[in-house]
Amino acid sequence: MSTSALRRTAEIVEFPPEVPPPTARPHGLAIDIEGLAKSFGDNAVLKCIDLHVAAGEFLAIVGRSGCGKSTLLRLLLNLEKPTAGSFFLMDGTTRVSDPRAARVMFQEPRLLPWASVIANVEVGLGAERRATGARQRALDTLKAVELVEKRDNWPAVLSGGQKQRVSLARALVSRPRVLALDEPLGALDALTRISMQRLMERVWLDQQFTALLVTHDVAEAVMLADRVIIIEDGVVALDVRIDLPRPRQRASASVAALEGRILDRLLGGDSAR
Amino acid sequence: MMRKLLAGLHSEVLLRWAVPVSIILIWQGAVSFGLLSTRILPAPWEVVEAGIRLARSGELARNMWVSFWRAMVGFAIGGGIGFAFGLANGLSKRCDDVFDSTLQMVRNIPHLALIPLVILWFGIDETAKIFLVALGVFFPIYINTQHGIRSVDPQLIEMGKTYGMTPTELFWRVMLPGALPSIFVGLRFGLGIMWLTLIVAETIAASSGIGYMAMQAREFLLLDVVVLSIVIYALLGKAADTAARILERVCLSWHPAFQKA
Repeated sequence: MSTSALRRTAEIVEFPPEVPPPTARPHGLAIDIEGLAKSFGDNAVLKCIDLHVAAGEFLAIVGRSGCGKSTLLRLLLNLEKPTAGSFFLMDGTTRVSDPRAARVMFQEPRLLPWASVIANVEVGLGAERRATGARQRALDTLKAVELVEKRDNWPAVLSGGQKQRVSLARALVSRPRVLALDEPLGALDALTRISMQRLMERVWLDQQFTALLVTHDVAEAVMLADRVIIIEDGVVALDVRIDLPRPRQRASASVAALEGRILDRLLGGDSAR
Repeated sequence: MMRKLLAGLHSEVLLRWAVPVSIILIWQGAVSFGLLSTRILPAPWEVVEAGIRLARSGELARNMWVSFWRAMVGFAIGGGIGFAFGLANGLSKRCDDVFDSTLQMVRNIPHLALIPLVILWFGIDETAKIFLVALGVFFPIYINTQHGIRSVDPQLIEMGKTYGMTPTELFWRVMLPGALPSIFVGLRFGLGIMWLTLIVAETIAASSGIGYMAMQAREFLLLDVVVLSIVIYALLGKAADTAARILERVCLSWHPAFQKA
């Protein structure tokens, strides 16, 4: 009797959709980085990165240009081989080696100009492209980035922001558990950036992947991330948790304070040198 | 709106044809009024008449067919080999190291300079002409295919790899479509060289074909047939180029240069 009562209670607890049951396994993967280093010839870009990223966390990586933040992302995506150290994608306590678990969105849209918008999104499905329901998944993802009406267009007719949205849809269509964003908004105008940031926050809340955002825009990092790290001289120089409630108010006092603190740290390194 | 479009098309077509049509009219007028001797240039009308005469006897169709066949076979052989080498050397650094410098050396030999040698090797039968056309067509196709494959955006290739494309998929979905604009440039250059080579080869050593028809007519001072042959070469060249352009338009419809405003 007591067990059935418990089960009923569990059902009732599960009912409101906005409160996920605490026992549900997160969709995102945790990332364990241990002593990761990368040198190009004599140039040690990353010296020793030790970092634990929690499952489903939104981590922003900032730093001056050339500090190695993009290199870190490329290492995690297996686009570069580390000189030393290792990293693991973790599902609870098991290691995940499937390369499809992580997807990347580059600074450039990198769409195939000879493929329609929908075909470009389908590229993200990889080998699953020919499976039944693939087209529907691509269409649903295009809907999520509000571009479904452009599905049969060539990429050449899209604006910069629209191209990046297609690129985001391509990264999301396989429902990745880690999404790496390598300055994806760097080439967009200010207004498009703001609407893209909102879109990215929405899909992240919705899909609950682990997000790694490399950016040089501190305001963007503070607006979106749970945690901001600064990479300097090849190591993690600052690690700040951003505990502001979402949606965050652009230019609110608390956002500005954090932004100022991180910027000070970034620029302070300069005056000390 | 449709009418406006039609009218626009109309004036555009009119504009394009205005100059060639007036040149022919002036030419006809000059001959008719005796300003231009028929021993220098026959009237356009006489050229048309010669065309009709030769078409009736079946000579025109036979010679055109022979020339067309030589051009196509030579193009298929030379273009095919050029395309294969272009792909191989574009895709593989090793392959490029082995073959490219040799091919570049051979490229510097004007292929028409080989005519005496080719006649000694093959006589004046079909092989000689097909060989020359194939050799001429090879290089533009080879160079542009190789260049096209090499200049495919490396960022797109990296993207394909991160999304798990196999090498075969990468070739068909990224490399080849990316190289296509350049391959088409090679195709159109190749077609131009194809006709040029054939004209020279047929006027020097042949016993059939349009070039042969022109040389025979020259022996008998049939100026109208000579001009007719030249016009036919021009029309065949134009037809080949138009076909290539249509193909290009279809295959490259994604390209900004081919998109309707």
